[in-house]
Amino acid sequence: MKSNWPIFFKNWVSVIGLGVLVLLLFIAIFGPILAPFDPENIEIGSRALPPSSEFWMGTDELGRDVFSRAVSGARVSMMVGIIAATISTFFGIVIGSLSGFFGGLLDHILMRITEVFMVIPQFFLAVVLVALFSASILNIIIAIAILTWPIIARLTRSEFLSLKSRQYVDAAFLSGASLPRIIFLEILPNALGPVIVAATLLVGRAMLTEAGLSFLGLGDPSRISLGVMLYQARPFVQFAWWAALFPGFLIFLAVLCTNLIGDGLNDVINPQLVEEK
Amino acid sequence: MKLNKYVQGRLIQAVPLIFIVLTINFVLIHSAPGDPIHLLIGEGGASEELIEQTRAEFGLDKPLHIQYFSYIQNVLQLNLGYSLRYREDVLGLIMGRIPASFLLMGTSFVISSLIGILLGLYTGPRKDSLVDRLSVLVSILGYSLPIFFLGLILLTVFSLKLGWFPTQGMYNIRASYEGWNLVKDVLHHLFLPAMTYSAFQFALIFRVTRVKMQEVMKENYITTARAKGVIEKNVIFHHAVPNTLLPIITILGFNFSWLLAGSVLTETVFAWPGLGRLMFDAVSARDYPLLMGLFFVLSTFVIIINLLTDVVYRMVDPRVRLN
Repeated sequence: MKSNWPIFFKNWVSVIGLGVLVLLLFIAIFGPILAPFDPENIEIGSRALPPSSEFWMGTDELGRDVFSRAVSGARVSMMVGIIAATISTFFGIVIGSLSGFFGGLLDHILMRITEVFMVIPQFFLAVVLVALFSASILNIIIAIAILTWPIIARLTRSEFLSLKSRQYVDAAFLSGASLPRIIFLEILPNALGPVIVAATLLVGRAMLTEAGLSFLGLGDPSRISLGVMLYQARPFVQFAWWAALFPGFLIFLAVLCTNLIGDGLNDVINPQLVEEK
Repeated sequence: MKLNKYVQGRLIQAVPLIFIVLTINFVLIHSAPGDPIHLLIGEGGASEELIEQTRAEFGLDKPLHIQYFSYIQNVLQLNLGYSLRYREDVLGLIMGRIPASFLLMGTSFVISSLIGILLGLYTGPRKDSLVDRLSVLVSILGYSLPIFFLGLILLTVFSLKLGWFPTQGMYNIRASYEGWNLVKDVLHHLFLPAMTYSAFQFALIFRVTRVKMQEVMKENYITTARAKGVIEKNVIFHHAVPNTLLPIITILGFNFSWLLAGSVLTETVFAWPGLGRLMFDAVSARDYPLLMGLFFVLSTFVIIINLLTDVVYRMVDPRVRLN
């Protein structure tokens, strides 16, 4: 797998995706410090102004600069996406590898649990969880992580199932390696391929879920996220459409990038034979 | 027949799943912060007597496991509780919204599946053609755009700015059209929400169909068929297409169960009076009985769809049937 990395860079679409994502991350991390205006600054006099040289993305219905808000919002949205995906991936890998390696009753029980989670409509469960337990960034992240770890677990498990009968596992076992060492240092690195692809796509999905929840009014009201911006811009979309366009576009851009990168990574682990023209 | 046994087995499996959903429902209600009493009467400061009365009525003063059993009993008798906001029983409310939801979900499912599958089959053998590139582009957009954002854009451009389509609802309440006029009116209202809804589904099914078709076209039996002199049209329809069916069915099943999740967002943007919108209203009003009732009904629906998909999958795969 390691020798396939150059393939990623041959796919220029994925490379552009990676580039744009890095740019977005840069803006998300440093933007709020460099933003021209205070995102919370309500300036009734400058309500709903279209984009101009002073307000790059215009102002919203309360006179706040959309650009500054979008930059802060991007930070929160991406943070939620990345953290939720990371937590989900971590638990998914641990549970999936143990389940796949040991099999038997443990595997059976864990698989039943993942089945339950995969059958329940995920977005609904997220809506219900956040509605019942109050909307805060932490709860949203937890809800998303709870809903998505089964996917990673299943993937890891199926990789383990096929890898554990390989010869190097027997070799490691016979040379006296401890079980944790075998699982995590021998098999896991080889199982990670599809998992990394899934995890990348998961970031995009987590961002979409957070945006969706915020759009329904279940976002964290104390933080600006791109979804919350859309929620607030919706009643005024006829007069200040830019207040909805830019946040939405940023969500789209970030998700698009994660999808393109995920596709590129997919080519790395499953190189398709190039067709002769 | 083996298939019958399989169906029976799956049905039996579905029952504990439904019970688990009910249990999750129950656990959530009782673990959420705040007294469940408030979930029933609201927090408007009711009198002590009313609180005690309601407590006794709903058996909230009984131990937890007794409450659990009465909850299960209630649900089995199709009593899903009483909506605070609508002053109607939950089941009746849900049933009332089903036609509207089915109309929207059904239309978009059929459209997106037809176009997605046909385009996927068409572009499979024609990699890098103009049609291929365009369709892939559209599908990437459909997959990455948040549905509600797409809906908002379409609504703003085509309804608010251009006035081509109505901005909300399923039909014109004031005009009270009849017969054919009503049908035309509903279709007019249906167009934008259906388009929005279809985007994501199209993206998924097109992608899977296309990739599978590409894989299939490289298989040995295709080369053999051509070598035998089979005309290209038959190569595609009799040899290639049947082998693409399995992943397509899986994705169709997935799309169908996703329909409900997507409905919340789409129906909210276009104010379409369906189940998704009902859920949004329930959340906004913190109408917990309605919310939990909806959650249960919709989860059960998804479980059944998954079961059906599984059965159809087995029916179509001859390898499994003959086993």
